[in-house]
Amino acid sequence: MSLDSLYQDVILDHYKKPRNVGKIDNYDVGMELANPTCGDVIGIHLKLDDEGKVADAKFHGHGCSISQSSASMLTVKVKGKKVEEARQLIADFYEMMKGSEGDYSKLGELQALQGVAKYPVRIKCATLAWKALEQGLDKKEGVNDGESQ
Amino acid sequence: MFDVAKIKRDFPVLQQEINGKPVAYLDSAASSQLPRQVMEAMSRYYETSHANVHRGVHTLAERATSAYEEAREKTARFINAPLPQNIIFTRGTTEALNLVAYAYGLHKLQAGDGVIVTLLDHHSNLVPWQQIAKLRNANLYMVELTDEGLLNMDQFRSYLKQGNIKVVAVTHASNVMGTITPIKDIIRDAHQAGAVVVVDAAQSAPHMKIDVQELDADFLAVSGHKMLGPTGIGFLYGKGKLLDSMEPFQMGGSMIGLVNYFESNWAEVPARFEAGTPNIVGAVGLAAGIDYLTALGMEQVEQHERQLLAYAWDRLSQVEGIALYGPREPRTGLIAFNVDDTHPHDVSTVLDAEGVAVRAGHHCAQPLHKWLHTAATNRASFYIYNDQQDIDRLVSALQRVKEMFGYVAR
Ligand SMILES: Cc1ncc(COP(=O)(O)O)c(C=O)c1O
Ligand SMILES: [Zn+2]
Repeated sequence: MSLDSLYQDVILDHYKKPRNVGKIDNYDVGMELANPTCGDVIGIHLKLDDEGKVADAKFHGHGCSISQSSASMLTVKVKGKKVEEARQLIADFYEMMKGSEGDYSKLGELQALQGVAKYPVRIKCATLAWKALEQGLDKKEGVNDGESQ
Repeated sequence: MFDVAKIKRDFPVLQQEINGKPVAYLDSAASSQLPRQVMEAMSRYYETSHANVHRGVHTLAERATSAYEEAREKTARFINAPLPQNIIFTRGTTEALNLVAYAYGLHKLQAGDGVIVTLLDHHSNLVPWQQIAKLRNANLYMVELTDEGLLNMDQFRSYLKQGNIKVVAVTHASNVMGTITPIKDIIRDAHQAGAVVVVDAAQSAPHMKIDVQELDADFLAVSGHKMLGPTGIGFLYGKGKLLDSMEPFQMGGSMIGLVNYFESNWAEVPARFEAGTPNIVGAVGLAAGIDYLTALGMEQVEQHERQLLAYAWDRLSQVEGIALYGPREPRTGLIAFNVDDTHPHDVSTVLDAEGVAVRAGHHCAQPLHKWLHTAATNRASFYIYNDQQDIDRLVSALQRVKEMFGYVAR
């Protein structure tokens, strides 16, 4: 496993020029999570439109390149998606992080994070934003009191 | 002469390649590696002498008991404790410090009493006292640092003057800043104020000569896995009259005198504080590690690390965009640093790909990192098997980090 396959250009690009940084006042979905082992912090905010689609998505926080680029790509990816579609993306992303074989083309540029699956200690960095999104959606929909898997 | 190449050959784990490169192990402050001699002592124990201790009269029980008690004697000699009974085997520093907090602090502290902790303390010497202070309505006082990263001794002395301080919990060598604290002065001043001193020696005992009688320490905690031993073994040194006056920490087998239906009394020290079957092979391994260090000579170990530290400080200082934390002196053989604004996790992943092992994170010292205004740091630490080449490898791997991440402006 070479370093270049972990730190692909897409990842470094999102890390150095993160997209959709910030907070949304009156967000519909919001959750902030920390990764206690390495101190990564990610907050995800979504604004939904009348049809329940993601009208705007932003993230805030700090941490390593994997956690920050994953959050940045997440916000780009979920814009315009329905909540069910967002949940499917979360499920696909977790599957990819388990290292399972499969077709992840629907994840688009997020496939660049596939290499993280080979670095067990960094998987939590990559999934942090997705856990925040998942728990934010759960809270909004009253599932499980916001507990994640 | 201190022959690092020869020493290195005693460490099988250092003979391998990691990611196609020979391993430069710079994480001994987290856990040191084990020389062959320690592993052999442990398997010899299992092959010839294993049984439960203090319980049987058969030959193997006898051998196991003497192996365990010999380990206690060696440990006592290593820190110049007056008697083997001053040594209580524990899982490590954390358990030793919790033992003091619960078996001493919980019983002796009263409402309004004071406990002094310091910003250099590892969570294991801080959080137990937070908890005991809460349970006893005692007050906690935090000694902060000077700009250079030394303990603020004026603040320390002003706390002592309050007259209510009963316990001072202090680290001998910081696992982040590297700072060696003026432990002798601290102990003398604390004693004058009527307080006992709990010394966390996890980062000092592996690297320098410790003499508990000369220091006049009341309690001192050490982990075996940071001084060539296996994990799961460490020890607490305590003064005899303090240990004798203490209630047990855990209850069960081996620590009792007479057990009746509704109450029991306690065994003598140290058995009183070693409930249940102990980590016998761990104690054997710890003692073998002590033998190895003693054969090298602790003065020579310290000298070797000082040379490496000077070299590393010099080389690292020249890396553009690097921040080194803590004072240049007095310092033990570790350096925490950050490069540009690159997150320590990214730094250590890149270093690992180059075969260089360092630690990244908050190193169980969150209040200190808050004070440093950084969430995490990288830490390179040195031990007997490290040489200048390991440091050269670190420095050139940092260039690789800079190539990948260096120009991030945040
Ligand atoms: C200064 C210091 N104190 C305490 C500890 C805790 O030691 P252990 O985890 O072996 O109990 C460590 C090591 O992690 C340390 O560096
Ligand atoms: Zn991370």
